[in-house]
Amino acid sequence: MAKELWKGNEAIAEAAIKAGCKFFFGYPITPQNEIPEYMAMRMPQIEGAAFVQAESEVAAINMVYGGAGSGARVMTSSSSPGISLKQEGITYIAGAELPCVIVNIVRGGPGLGGIQPAQSDYFQATKGGGHGDYRLLVLAPSSVQEAVDLTQEAFDMADQYRNPVMIMGDGMIGQMMEPVEFTDVPKRNLPEKTWATTGTKGKREHNVINSLFIDPAACEKHNIHLFEKYAEMEKNEVRVEEYNMDGAEIVFVAYGTTARIVKNAIATLGKEGIKAGLIRPITLWPYPSKTVEAAAAKANVKAFLTVEMSMGQMVEDVRLAVNGAKPVHFYGRTGGMVPTPAAIVAEAKKVLGGAK
Amino acid sequence: MTHEIVMAGFGGQGVMAIGKIIAEAGLKEGKNVSWLPSYGPEMRGGTASCNVIVSADPVGSPIVTGATEAIVLNRPSLDKFEKDVVPGGMLFINSSLIDKKSTRDDIKVYYVPANDIANELGNGKIANMVMLGAYIAATNAVSEDTIMEIVTEMFQGKKASVIPLNKEALAKGAECVK
Amino acid sequence: MAVVFQKTKGLTDKQFHYCPGCTHGIIHRLVAEVLEELGLLDDAIGVAPVGCAVFCYDYFSCDMQEAAHGRAPAVATGIKRVNPKSAVFTYQGDGDLASIGAAEIVHASMRGEKFTTIFVNNAIYGMTGGQMAPTTLVGQKATTAPYGRNEDLAGMPLRVSEMLATIPKAVFVERVSVHDIPNINKAKKAIKKAFEIQMKGLGFTFVEILSTCPTNWGKTPLESLKWLQENMIPYFPLGNFRNVEEVK
Repeated sequence: MAKELWKGNEAIAEAAIKAGCKFFFGYPITPQNEIPEYMAMRMPQIEGAAFVQAESEVAAINMVYGGAGSGARVMTSSSSPGISLKQEGITYIAGAELPCVIVNIVRGGPGLGGIQPAQSDYFQATKGGGHGDYRLLVLAPSSVQEAVDLTQEAFDMADQYRNPVMIMGDGMIGQMMEPVEFTDVPKRNLPEKTWATTGTKGKREHNVINSLFIDPAACEKHNIHLFEKYAEMEKNEVRVEEYNMDGAEIVFVAYGTTARIVKNAIATLGKEGIKAGLIRPITLWPYPSKTVEAAAAKANVKAFLTVEMSMGQMVEDVRLAVNGAKPVHFYGRTGGMVPTPAAIVAEAKKVLGGAK
Repeated sequence: MTHEIVMAGFGGQGVMAIGKIIAEAGLKEGKNVSWLPSYGPEMRGGTASCNVIVSADPVGSPIVTGATEAIVLNRPSLDKFEKDVVPGGMLFINSSLIDKKSTRDDIKVYYVPANDIANELGNGKIANMVMLGAYIAATNAVSEDTIMEIVTEMFQGKKASVIPLNKEALAKGAECVK
Repeated sequence: MAVVFQKTKGLTDKQFHYCPGCTHGIIHRLVAEVLEELGLLDDAIGVAPVGCAVFCYDYFSCDMQEAAHGRAPAVATGIKRVNPKSAVFTYQGDGDLASIGAAEIVHASMRGEKFTTIFVNNAIYGMTGGQMAPTTLVGQKATTAPYGRNEDLAGMPLRVSEMLATIPKAVFVERVSVHDIPNINKAKKAIKKAFEIQMKGLGFTFVEILSTCPTNWGKTPLESLKWLQENMIPYFPLGNFRNVEEVK
């Protein structure tokens, strides 16, 4: 199939459908509205599929719970304030071990914040979000094509681990148009959903979808089971792009839209004789800590500069991975402001002790 | 050559549409492209703008901070984006609606009476295509033939009757920069 | 030996945790019997609430999902959309449905989601220990209304059936009680009707069941049945509020 221009949000929606998503439950919020709008147009064309505009994000995520518990491929999408409302449902889904895909097209916060691109939901996405000990698989595309590929794979990941997967984009990824080619991503070998509530048909004991363990010992055991699963994810699912790292004296760490802007800055620095590289986490959880750690051990690397559209969230994971081996600096814009390549270049020079 | 283009105007003037046409044409010619709209309240009737990048190299940031070219269809857009054009760049001004002259002397400025031309062609809505014709003729960012291929794909069936009008608008726009 | 009585297949052998005299047990049995009698057990999927009935996923023998507090109608929406041929029901108390889940029940009704809600109204929060519910009567004492519900501060109890009956796609709405045998029989009929209409795909179906809470009311089981009859029924009148089949 030839490449076509697709808007990020619509491309994510179509990718989900191509991955077999037949049920979408959502609620309007900018800048992700094209996802529910696209689903409302497409789902009625698909046999047995449904689109429901829920009364709230809270209801939408609980519809996801019900649909996912019944074994279907189910998705919801929202943007930051709406994702906060969904946190209740997300922790229940994680607790009940249901597979689903949740899209967050992040905008500025806190509170109502703004509607322009931001990355200030990193903590929420990677450190829990809702109550209890749990993890989401968090995927951060930095192009529309990558958003398409990751969305398709997200459904397989969710089914493999019986865990919610979050696609974390930002207003830019959602709103921009880029060339996209829908290719079939390799399908994983997935177990049958024998746990789903589809009616016993008189042939098996009843299935129960549940996250309640009133006996503390049983609840702890459940948590330990979850963390064994998370350890598997950490072992198998870390994704990272290393860019221009050979001989880099300064290493940027950035994801999503910000990573693209950093690449422009790296080109400018290169023209001025400064070798800069980029570590771009594609999975925000599990985090590519080992890649960061390995870079910190290289003699040529003098410092790290984390760039985010936030006041500094992912930088904490960079510091944990670097573990004091090298200085870790931060540059960020927030509230919907986007860093410019020029500002990133200036910051890098400052970190390296002035212009060469 | 990388074209980093800003185009802006009132909502409804069709700036998003010509941005998409340029991006589609670039894609058709095998180039790397991106199209990024402004979004939010300003797109409901206020000034709308989009950033388009057409390049032989992979597109880094989709945000245009230094525009190689700007196409402005109304006065607020001129005021906002004139300064963003890089030295040696080009500025296309819809002189039908903008009576102000550019103050820049380090860029090439084209004045295109797009609405007047569109009205002469019998359809005021096609002013955006006149601007596009001027832009293509001056920059060769994509070829006019590719633009017409895209336009032909856009208007199929009953709507195909507007294709010649679009072609004429592109041609009239092109004359303005010769 | 001849079998003179047999427990419904709709319930598991798990022992109920309900307090002595609580009428949840009766209501569970009615729902389970109806599912069995209509031949729906093998395809049924229920949704348990948060509240006293939280463990009902262990009691009903059909597939079950446990929902977050108040969200059962949203969960059931997801289930029914995925399993349009299954009999889907929510089993919810008054705090779950009429307080925190008020939006979910109203909008599931509005959309005409084709499932059945069993709404157990005992005018109190039971599981958390006797706090005021949206359906607590004026003057009735609760741990968060120690002087009795004050209508100037806490408003008047919510009549959910009457409210939902105004919604066009809520095609069957009936309030029943389980305080004596004739009413238990009527309750079962209403539940059966609701499931029958659900399976015809006509819209959202709802049965409100007045129920007792001897523990938190501070009364004996018998006093509780009498209190329900004398105090709840005058404010929450029994009867059918909507039946699409009769409207036709």
